[in-house]
Amino acid sequence: MLNQVESLSLVFQALSDPSRRVIVERLCRGPASVSELAEPLDMSLPAVIQHLQVLESSGLVRSEKAGRVRTCRLQRAALQSAEKWLNARRAMWERKLDRLGDYLEQQARNHDDGRKKP
Amino acid sequence: MTARSASHATFVIEREYPFAREKVFAAWADPEAKRRWFACHDDWAPGKHELDFRPGGREHLTTVEPNGVAHIFNAVYFDIVRDERIVYAYEMHLDDRRISVSLATIEFKAAGKGTKLVFTEQGAFLDGYDYPAEREEGTRVGLENLEKELRRRGLS
Repeated sequence: MLNQVESLSLVFQALSDPSRRVIVERLCRGPASVSELAEPLDMSLPAVIQHLQVLESSGLVRSEKAGRVRTCRLQRAALQSAEKWLNARRAMWERKLDRLGDYLEQQARNHDDGRKKP
Repeated sequence: MTARSASHATFVIEREYPFAREKVFAAWADPEAKRRWFACHDDWAPGKHELDFRPGGREHLTTVEPNGVAHIFNAVYFDIVRDERIVYAYEMHLDDRRISVSLATIEFKAAGKGTKLVFTEQGAFLDGYDYPAEREEGTRVGLENLEKELRRRGLS
């Protein structure tokens, strides 16, 4: 079994390229052929295929050939594991920063109460 | 045997607080104030907390989950610009297992009468990141946010 963190590194690496993110964005809307994916990209077809190979080896994208058309689709599970991983640490800090806001408000209230007293 | 690995990522959280920068900054600088919001966790055992807030100074926090797992935070402060910026490095342990080493940068920017706080974490996450208590919450943000994070990493 591929180590989970290693596979996440591959996902992040795959998503680190703007062209590959354009491909992933397109695949978020549904499966597409290689030539459809190549259309918005300013590069040769072999270059697009190379990017697709990186995406496939990261587990983000799967493709199948039917006749002369290769269709690519997004593997949402791979994307979700990357998402979970980043959001775990983020969630910890979001909670802490929420509590900072609560603390500041409480301080301000205490301060006001203090001033009202004779 | 532990499978050794390291994975890297950056995320940014922005918050606006309707309070002046000095007030928001003080909540990070004053040990008593920091304990009030940083060291507590809804249903977790209250932690041991120490803060020596100066360049070269250290911070330590231990909090314990109801299931007994200890979350240990150790930091060293590197850069402190009063009311403007804090930079520190920190490691997180789950019990005796080091799960990450990160650089945190907190910027305090005036926003009208309030303060915009920008928290940036650049981390090396070690040996199969696993953070059960956060994982559930971690799933709620969607693909769009991941995309945003990746753009923030400056990879565009």
